[in-house]
Amino acid sequence: MSQATLAIKRISGHAGPAPGEGVERDYQVCKLVDTTTCIGCKACEVACLEWNGYEFTDTVFDNSYQTMPETTWKYWNLIKFNEHENSDGTISLLMRKDQCMHCADPGCLAACPADGAIVQYTNGIVDFQQQNCIGCGYCVSGCPFDIPKFNPATKKMFKCTLCVDRVSEGLEPACIKSCPTGCLHFGTKEDMMDVAEKRATQLRENFGFEKAGVYDPAGVGGTGVIYVLHDATNPEAYGGLPKDPHVPWVVRFWKGPAKWIGNLAMLGGIVGVTMHYLRFGPKTVDATKQENGGQP
Amino acid sequence: MTNGWVDIKNADMMLVMGGNPAENHPCGFKWAIEAKKTRNAKLIVVDPRYTRTASTSDLFLQIRAGSDIAFLGGMLHYAIENNRIAKEYLANYTNAAFIVKEGFKLPEDGLYSGFDATSQTYDRSSWNYEEGNDAGGETPTHAVAKAAPPAPGTPPPLPGMPAKVAYDLTLQHPRCVFQLLKQQYSRYTPEMVERITGIPKDHFLKAADLFTSIRKDGDMKKVATIMYAVGWTQHTFGTQIIRTAAILQLLLGNIGRAGGGVNALRGHSNIQGATDMGGVFDTLPGYLKVPNPTDTDLAAWLKRITPTASKPAPWDSFNYYSNTPKFAISYLKAFFGDAATKENDYAFQYMPKVDRNYSWTQIWDNMYRGSVKGMFAFGMNGVAIGPDSQKNIDALKKADFLVVGEIYPDETSEFWKSPGITTEEMKTINTTVYRLPCAGFAEKDGSMTNSARWLQWKNAAVPPPGDCRLDQDIVAQIFLKVRELYQKEGGKFPDPIVNLTWPYVNAQHPALTDLAKEMNGKALADLIDPKTQVTIKKGQQLPGFAWLKDDGTTSCGIWIYAGAWTEAGNQLARRGTEDPSGQGIYQNWAWSWPANRRVLYNRASCDPSGKPWDATRKQVWWNESAQSWVGNDVPDFKPDSHPKDHMGPFIMNAEGVGRIFAPLGLFADGPMPEHYEPIESPVENVLHPKQSNNPVVKKLKTPADKYAAPGDGFNIICTTYRLTEQYHYWTKNNPMNVQLIPEAFVEIPVELAAELGIKGNDKVKVTSARSYYVARAFVTKRIRPMMIDGKKVYQIGIPIHQGYRGIQEDEGKNARTLLNRLTPTVIDPNAFTPEFKGFLVKLEKA
Repeated sequence: MSQATLAIKRISGHAGPAPGEGVERDYQVCKLVDTTTCIGCKACEVACLEWNGYEFTDTVFDNSYQTMPETTWKYWNLIKFNEHENSDGTISLLMRKDQCMHCADPGCLAACPADGAIVQYTNGIVDFQQQNCIGCGYCVSGCPFDIPKFNPATKKMFKCTLCVDRVSEGLEPACIKSCPTGCLHFGTKEDMMDVAEKRATQLRENFGFEKAGVYDPAGVGGTGVIYVLHDATNPEAYGGLPKDPHVPWVVRFWKGPAKWIGNLAMLGGIVGVTMHYLRFGPKTVDATKQENGGQP
Repeated sequence: MTNGWVDIKNADMMLVMGGNPAENHPCGFKWAIEAKKTRNAKLIVVDPRYTRTASTSDLFLQIRAGSDIAFLGGMLHYAIENNRIAKEYLANYTNAAFIVKEGFKLPEDGLYSGFDATSQTYDRSSWNYEEGNDAGGETPTHAVAKAAPPAPGTPPPLPGMPAKVAYDLTLQHPRCVFQLLKQQYSRYTPEMVERITGIPKDHFLKAADLFTSIRKDGDMKKVATIMYAVGWTQHTFGTQIIRTAAILQLLLGNIGRAGGGVNALRGHSNIQGATDMGGVFDTLPGYLKVPNPTDTDLAAWLKRITPTASKPAPWDSFNYYSNTPKFAISYLKAFFGDAATKENDYAFQYMPKVDRNYSWTQIWDNMYRGSVKGMFAFGMNGVAIGPDSQKNIDALKKADFLVVGEIYPDETSEFWKSPGITTEEMKTINTTVYRLPCAGFAEKDGSMTNSARWLQWKNAAVPPPGDCRLDQDIVAQIFLKVRELYQKEGGKFPDPIVNLTWPYVNAQHPALTDLAKEMNGKALADLIDPKTQVTIKKGQQLPGFAWLKDDGTTSCGIWIYAGAWTEAGNQLARRGTEDPSGQGIYQNWAWSWPANRRVLYNRASCDPSGKPWDATRKQVWWNESAQSWVGNDVPDFKPDSHPKDHMGPFIMNAEGVGRIFAPLGLFADGPMPEHYEPIESPVENVLHPKQSNNPVVKKLKTPADKYAAPGDGFNIICTTYRLTEQYHYWTKNNPMNVQLIPEAFVEIPVELAAELGIKGNDKVKVTSARSYYVARAFVTKRIRPMMIDGKKVYQIGIPIHQGYRGIQEDEGKNARTLLNRLTPTVIDPNAFTPEFKGFLVKLEKA
């Protein structure tokens, strides 16, 4: 995906400000999804498709308003619907916009063996570089949110880019721009946390949602997409948002200690071979065996 | 809307009923969210099913479709009983204190006074005010006189309202409107509300307490708004549901105020404009009443449609509609120009005289009966709209011609190959269908009038593709051809056609800018305002409707739009974003009718002395030093009327006040609303079982018009609606929308599905007395079984969108049935809207 990094300061002969003027790129960017004001209109789904140039997906009705069961390699933004029964017997229709969470500690990136296939920018965006992707799918096992998806035609992995091509030009992501109720916000992580905490406080104090809170899971170092939830103690109810997501220990072990053990083993092998050579000299092959084509 | 979308952000309390703004008006709904976020406003949603609007609510109540008046009547009862009413507002700004004539009877038995069972109409002469003075404290001495029985045959002409109305500001007189209101709704107890609506008493009380909490201890600062849409209008008592809401808002003093009002959420971008422009058979542009055969000449018509003031003697009434002759004659001048002279009654006789009901359902009925021979269908899909789509298809089979102007081939233009028609039958259909490719909305300029009454100009984004033409070009070219034929060949009555003005620069392609200017109106002679000496030269655009004259010196296509395109240019294209008051008034954004006012009746935002009820939301106020009304909004009032003159704030009513009691001929079915059951209902009316339905509603009588009774096995209530993912019958042609909701479905309560052995995604068949509909089952917890007067009742819901033409339809991916095959051909007696919301069906696995 786009790697545009040139921030324009001034433009000649241009009416109005330069795009992106005043945007501070040193900060972490963040999307805030306020599920308490989401109306499930799916404008963000369509905006995502249109901006990224994806067309019609042949979907199937499945006893829900939800467009499809999961995000796909060409459908990166999906509202998950859940008819949730509350403890008092009333119903809630919980709607949550699902997409890449842009973790501060991205499991996909940790798991990826291909040089440069996944990068994390200083602004926090985790981006797949398909030209370097080898299609191994390890990123899938690294992601606690089940986000990276495989395109069988190109054998590459795809996911939400947090509109890196827009953000790097000082524009908000397409989903944010399309949101009619303003349940989607975009800004620095710090500012979004502030907005989110204030909204959660308002929900607790004025609207009777005692368990309202902000979803910014520490297990992945916090995320570049945060949620305000009516009930932060039960994120699973929001289309299976994991309560305590973290990078799987297998990935951690594999890319951490196991990697070093492997490297040591490899080094040990080389050392052993060298020692063997120095001690016993080169290995000689029996001449008769050689004549028989190596067969005894 | 009395207010506007942006103004919703000023609300402290919101009631959404008969509407689903989050799904059907998502961009406007942001202002409801804004009120919640910035004012901690509460949102109550009352609907037959838990919608996406309900998902953002603070309180959701599931109501039985069609029982809205019982719910709102219960609210009225609660507000009165708990003294949560705006007393000063009520006494001064409504007709609560007006005394009603003796002989008027409340509908304890389901009938108001004056009902004639044979004609199924009311003699409404007893629905009137009593003539007199202050009757405060007096008790009536004479016995209640019996109303004279109506003469056989035609009802007598309605007498006017008395110029001097008897009143009692203590609101104690037994025949004052407030006491009648109290008496009528005393029957709507929380227990009764539960029996009718199915809303448990404690839930209802919670909602009533929350909504009326804004008037706790009589405090006037807080404001509540009500938002509704076609969930209210599409009933055989739809107008009366809206009346009940209006009465509740008057009782609570919420009309005219920022964050208040009764707000109709329009379901299309320009439906407000269509109504303004007289897109209904019984009104002309600007809501002037159409002439009928009793209007023998201009004077008779003007006399009938021009009200005279009717008020308590010490009060004042602006009675703005006393200017009706100016609006009407300027309209005739716009239509017929120089051919409209004083001598020929300004060409009044060119106007068609409407002799009966020509509403939507009636047009199709007439075509079905064979008296309507052809149809022009532009910008709508009549077969899909229904009601009773099959009847409409059968009607078209009998027509000589059908002209459809559309951007897609739709169900209407392909009625002749609708599912079920065999090749053999197709050969017998002789209707000539002309399909004209039209321009889409982004290919046209012009203006749209939104729910907030804003006229907003738009430019064409791209030219129409291929042979597509602009609608106005097609209409213009047909008209010019017809005129040519009349000029050449004469005819029975060529005058209206050959004398119609056509002042557009390019006659074949009238520019919408020309039309917008014509609607605004211009001076036909030099005009001078005697007070200010301001002059308007002949030919100049008028600055507003105050300049209209009844002597033929002004022309104006639609008086409420006067001021939209002045000498200063196109006001519709203004895009100023200044909002000094912070109330979201945006005085320089586009243009709002009337007179660029954003909140109607805003005089009522002040107390009788002219001071705002809430100093933090100042809209308009009386400026003593300037001796004038001033404000952040344009005052909806006579600018120099001193508060001590006690002019009523509802200047469009002859009384000057809000009507809790709507006298005489205003409504066909009662001066105050009463709960009636939908024509197809699973229960009888517990208030008056002998008069279950609205007594003046007439069923249609062709063989196609079938209606179910519970005994026939149709026991499930069905309601219909739109989904946020789709837009009517268009977007099934757009891949982006189709993938979001790929198939037709029926929302079925879990419990009902279990009873019938239906699982999610199963194919199901819904059958009404008319026809059947096939779709997938959407088994949901969001609709629950209800207990209606001890009887278990189920409701199901069906989105309207799919049909037999569209991306999925063409691939055979749905059942290709139209939802409106199910809906009944009965209509509201006032607005003539069909009863799409709440009819009876059977459900089974297909």
